Amino acid sequence: MLELADVSVDLEGERIVSDATLAVPDGSVTAVLGPSGCGKSTLLRAVAGIEPLAAGALRWDGADLAGVPTHKRGFALVFQDGQLFDHLTVGRNVGYALRLRRAPGTDRRVAELLDLVGLPDHADRMPATLSGGERQRVALARSLAVEPRLLLLDEPLSALDAGLRERLAGDLQRILREAGTTALLVTHDHEEAFAVADRIAVMRRGRIVQDGDLGEVWRAPADAQTALFLGYATVLDGARAVRLLAEAGLPAADVVALRRSALTLDPDGPLRARVREARATPDQVRLRVHVDGVGDLDAVASLDAHAGAGDEVGLHVDHTRLAVVGRP
Amino acid sequence: MTAPVRRLLALAALAAVPVAVLGLFFVVPVSGMVARGFWPDGEFAPDQVWEVLTRDRTLRVLAFTLWSAAAGTVGSVGLGLPAAYVLHRTALPLRRGVRSALLVPFVLPTVVVGVAFRQLLGAGGPLGFLGLDGSATAIVLGLVFFNVAVVIRVVGGAWEQLDDRPGHAAATLGASPVQVFRTVTWPQLRPAVVSAATVVFLFCATAFGIVLTLGGSRYATVETEIYLLTVQVFDLPGAAALSVLQLVVVLALLLVAGRTRSTPVVRRPATPHRLRRSDVVPVAVTLLLLAAIAAPVLALLVGSLRVDGAWGLENYTALSTTGQRDALQVSVTAALLNSLRTAVDATWMALLTGLLVAVVVTRRSRSRAERRTRRLLDGLFMLPLGVSAVTLGFGFLITLDRPPFDLRDSPLLVPIAQALVALPLVVRTLVPVLAGIDDRQRQAAASLGAGALRTLATVDLPVLWRPVLAASGFAFAVSLGEFGATSFLAREDFPTMPLVIFRLLGHPGELNYGMALAASVVLAATTAVVVLAVERLRVTSVGAF
Repeated sequence: MLELADVSVDLEGERIVSDATLAVPDGSVTAVLGPSGCGKSTLLRAVAGIEPLAAGALRWDGADLAGVPTHKRGFALVFQDGQLFDHLTVGRNVGYALRLRRAPGTDRRVAELLDLVGLPDHADRMPATLSGGERQRVALARSLAVEPRLLLLDEPLSALDAGLRERLAGDLQRILREAGTTALLVTHDHEEAFAVADRIAVMRRGRIVQDGDLGEVWRAPADAQTALFLGYATVLDGARAVRLLAEAGLPAADVVALRRSALTLDPDGPLRARVREARATPDQVRLRVHVDGVGDLDAVASLDAHAGAGDEVGLHVDHTRLAVVGRP
Repeated sequence: MTAPVRRLLALAALAAVPVAVLGLFFVVPVSGMVARGFWPDGEFAPDQVWEVLTRDRTLRVLAFTLWSAAAGTVGSVGLGLPAAYVLHRTALPLRRGVRSALLVPFVLPTVVVGVAFRQLLGAGGPLGFLGLDGSATAIVLGLVFFNVAVVIRVVGGAWEQLDDRPGHAAATLGASPVQVFRTVTWPQLRPAVVSAATVVFLFCATAFGIVLTLGGSRYATVETEIYLLTVQVFDLPGAAALSVLQLVVVLALLLVAGRTRSTPVVRRPATPHRLRRSDVVPVAVTLLLLAAIAAPVLALLVGSLRVDGAWGLENYTALSTTGQRDALQVSVTAALLNSLRTAVDATWMALLTGLLVAVVVTRRSRSRAERRTRRLLDGLFMLPLGVSAVTLGFGFLITLDRPPFDLRDSPLLVPIAQALVALPLVVRTLVPVLAGIDDRQRQAAASLGAGALRTLATVDLPVLWRPVLAASGFAFAVSLGEFGATSFLAREDFPTMPLVIFRLLGHPGELNYGMALAASVVLAATTAVVVLAVERLRVTSVGAF
């Protein structure tokens, strides 16, 4: 198990990561989720031993990693853009670590790994001839070849386009499960985190503001900003939160976060609202509605609903799509 | 007229001036020199040339040339690699200052380097007990002193541009620092190292001033042998034979250099890392190198301030005289003025020609013929880099002596020769910069309505003015120190500093020797000031090939 205890990292005299405390249990895939520039990549590089710690400690199974150089940590890092060795073929890239160790049966293992990442027959290609998604798969296979104690993934999918990203996220999750690898992943994309990870840590301005099981964090974001970063559309507080929850017949709370789809058009719904704006998308109609005493909110309606600006409508509140904020 | 033809014509028009310059002042003199050897009395007599090439002495000279050049190259690369790493990858304190200091030897006039080494290793010098004075080792040390800067510049420049992430990736895959270097860093660095080694070998094999001042009569290289045969023995067929031999070797080397020349692509310059414990050895080598480079210079400085066993400035005050027993025709101060005037002329000539060449070879080609032409021109203008300055100087003397080009008495003769020597350096400084400008920038400017000149002013000039200034400084420094060609061409009553120093060394008298030291200090200081000013411009392509 990897433990970070009050880890701080400085780059060029500036504190990039402050007092990060986090545990990555064996066999888990933990995602560090945060906006770009929050220090998550630096944190990952510090775990790999590429950046030195300014304070705090890193421990593996209780043993301090201070003074253990990168190549002796057994943590393989998959870079954002793969960082394949351009002068080696795909096969030699994947077999790189095996050759370093003079391990027997390199060719067979390389073939297995290329199969695992869905790129059989690519062993003799040069990295420059691969697409972005293929490069990432090769980089992943190369790192898995080490059978690392911990796999570090730095935004492994963010350089890819949307469709490919979704497909590869599924593959990544399957590969990590099959290989039983403990992994620490950093990403700015909450959907990527949800697709791949089972634990999540939210990072902001160099600090870890919340961590726990995926569902736990998802259901109870620590604060409004975290909720917004997790993809909630609106955060209401004070009297507005109380009023919305009361209208919907739910228990009262100080702060509540709503997904866009938490409010659906329903003539019999308990919440009365006036439509300000309606816009059709391929999946649904997106509404902007006004609720007295609460203000403007997002809502959705099915494509056959006929709601126009100025209409008085009823709304149904889906309690699985809202979260009470700041209550563990 | 079709567009491709028009483009080729425009290319030809732009290239016309530099090609004419190179043809008249390089190809004609060099081939004239060669012809003089093969047609000694107007009749083709290659057997004489063959006889020269098979002489025992020629073979010895050739063997020594190759041996000393190889040893100099190995030494320069061996010391230059660790220094390149320390100065371009680590955050060594005062790194910029050390970098500038290590660049200075490369442009120090060869005669000055020779004098400084004799002062250091000579009988009375601080390292005189080593008994290296006049030895082959001293020559090799001199060559290394001179060329290690080339390795640091070329390899350091490439190393600085190397992305460090592949190395990190290898480390997380379990590669130790040594394995990272062997499997990841070295393959990326190899072209730069090969290219630097080739150029250094070229410089070592054609070194003139150093070998002449350090080797005396015991050791000769092809280059000094050409000088000896021409000036003292008047064996023109012999000199021509050696020139041809040299030309062939140099052409082969230039081809190798051209093939491996690294074109550093700015990928992701890594920030220098803090010094680590594993950096001890390279840092020690760098400091040793710094000391080894400072030693001869300090010995020179100290020697110039010693008069009759006491401190004094007499050697410097004597610079306004013509030396003991009138060793010189003009005073040293007058020679300094000559040098500066000549350098100004050589600089504008080299710069104008170099700019034209750089523009011609970096414009994007639209057809294969065009691309071939441009690459050919690029290689053509590298030629003066490797052709013996002695051959060039002597060729000037025997071909530019009749109408319409009777330049023997022209004050421009020396600057022209020096400009040709500096030309490849100017071209190599400007080409990477011009080639680095994304052509789409020019297209964007054009699509916004800018004409050709306006495009040049908005896109090229802002990037180019610093390199142009740097190249000028570099050409200026090269001209100040040029010795090989100048020794043939300068008029007796209009000598430059290196000539005066060499003459003072050859004349007996303690004051004459002291004046040679003082003059060397003055010349070295002048050159160093120019080079350090250039270094402040931070143009990375300066001194890279």
